[in-house]
Amino acid sequence: MMTIARRFAIPLAVVVLLLAFPLATTGFYLEFTSKVMILAIFALSLELLVGATGLVSLGHAAYYGIAAYATVLLSPKFGAASAFWLLPATVACSALYALLVGALSLRTRGVYFIMVTLAFAQMAYYVFHDTKLGGGTDGIYLNFKPEVVLFGTKLFDPGKPVALYYVVLVSLVLVFLFLAVLLKSRFGRVLAGIKSNEQRMRAAGFATFPYKLAAFTLAGALAGLAGFLVAVKDGFVNPEMLSWHESGAVLLMLILGGMGRLSGAVLGAFAFALLQLFFQWEVVFGNFAKHWLLMFGGTIILCVAFMPNGLIGLPAQWRARRARKTMEEARA
Amino acid sequence: MPDTAAPLLRARGVTRRFGGLAAVSEVSLDLAEGEIHAVIGTNGAGKSTLINVLAGEIAITGGSVELLGIDVTHWPQPKRAQAGLGRSYQRTTIFPRFSVFENCRLAAQATHQVPWNWWTAAADCPISTTLAREALYRTGLAGLADRTAGLLSHGEKRQLEIAMCVATRPRVLLLDEPLAGMGAAETERMLDLLSGLKSGHAILLVEHDMDAVFRVSDRITVMVNGAVIASDVPAAVRADAEVQLAYLGEVHV
Repeated sequence: MMTIARRFAIPLAVVVLLLAFPLATTGFYLEFTSKVMILAIFALSLELLVGATGLVSLGHAAYYGIAAYATVLLSPKFGAASAFWLLPATVACSALYALLVGALSLRTRGVYFIMVTLAFAQMAYYVFHDTKLGGGTDGIYLNFKPEVVLFGTKLFDPGKPVALYYVVLVSLVLVFLFLAVLLKSRFGRVLAGIKSNEQRMRAAGFATFPYKLAAFTLAGALAGLAGFLVAVKDGFVNPEMLSWHESGAVLLMLILGGMGRLSGAVLGAFAFALLQLFFQWEVVFGNFAKHWLLMFGGTIILCVAFMPNGLIGLPAQWRARRARKTMEEARA
Repeated sequence: MPDTAAPLLRARGVTRRFGGLAAVSEVSLDLAEGEIHAVIGTNGAGKSTLINVLAGEIAITGGSVELLGIDVTHWPQPKRAQAGLGRSYQRTTIFPRFSVFENCRLAAQATHQVPWNWWTAAADCPISTTLAREALYRTGLAGLADRTAGLLSHGEKRQLEIAMCVATRPRVLLLDEPLAGMGAAETERMLDLLSGLKSGHAILLVEHDMDAVFRVSDRITVMVNGAVIASDVPAAVRADAEVQLAYLGEVHV
């Protein structure tokens, strides 16, 4: 019982804090936290591939961006769409593209897989970057945010930052719980087996390709949910959302937070965004804040060097070090 | 001699070429229930390739493979495994971070896959947990069920590799050097285990330890350069002049 309490104490405390957060602040920090929670959903979706299945995709921003664009493009020009059909439709767009990319890329392995996923993401990027469809480099605006109306009553207004904040928070909690349950299920265990030793899985009788394809498609769909939320929140999309920078950033979040643990992905998203914010802080860094990328990059490299298991692995890392020290002392 | 009922696995003229090289050439053999059928031969004789072809891990160039009377020549490996073909690898292929039990449970899950059920915890799946417990019991690993697989001794890991095969309820076992790198005591334990597995299974054993092979095998096939030069009961193989010349050398004369 004790271990169960300890396991759930921290996540529960975090959720309570996030629930209470809008009481303490408004404006920038509220919007910032909404954005970070969306990134956490995005990171969780990639964690399903990288951390859970061992598939390193460097094109995950494509599914995030496609859903964001779909949110804007599928919304009627004059008037608001209902979120009840817009959300499934946008997620379906991302899932479909993921299904297509997965069907082709999952036949490759390792570096080839990384490069093929990257190539497909760049294809999507250039479709929006170089055609009129997505407004080119400038991107496009969402004129009317979708409404959430049930039986004629407006449940809430996603245009209001606080309402959207709670929508994002609930989405994050649901995605987290969904993945936590999924990874413990038979499906999730097969993914873990594929990550550990795909050859053995096939020898045992698992046709691994359909499992990997399902994981890839699901990861694309969840990234699509994040893309939908960010489009609704910002009311604006541009091609940079699909760029390899974005794909790399979400991968860095996982590395920073620690792979193989869902909470690592969430922690990574927060750490990533906070570091970014910190190094752009002119009060601290003055003029040098302009060069924040330099400091940011350096910090990430240090983190990777000194925290091989990411932030989430730090307590275990410290415990191991302390155990080593006591053993050395005992020997001396 | 075991009875002459229909073999569980029947290979006819199995051939695998890599470019100009015939790694396995026209190999025919039957694996019968209750029988350990050893395949011996020098390094590069094509034993591992033969296992890979029979298991469906690499494509066949010629010939046919029948499993339980069904032609599986062109079936992919997972489908053959589901139909009752288990295999172990020369290099241990366990899941090092999982518990010993979970290694077997996951393997057993292959017999009863329900991928769309994402809400039930795998640990609560009655079929795979039962099969895993049976397999651990049968292979003498029940006492180690909760240990992390990667921390087992070499011999225990090899045992677990076999246990994972057994957990999928196969009828035919293809074992690639299960005794490799084992000490004397571990070898004894493994040989007991293999003899115990004879009932209900047909076993193909590829092994370099000749003493062990001649002790446990019911039938021995000798391969040289991808081809079979002799296939008979151990005593007859030992006496075969061609085998002595080609493989056993002066040691057994």
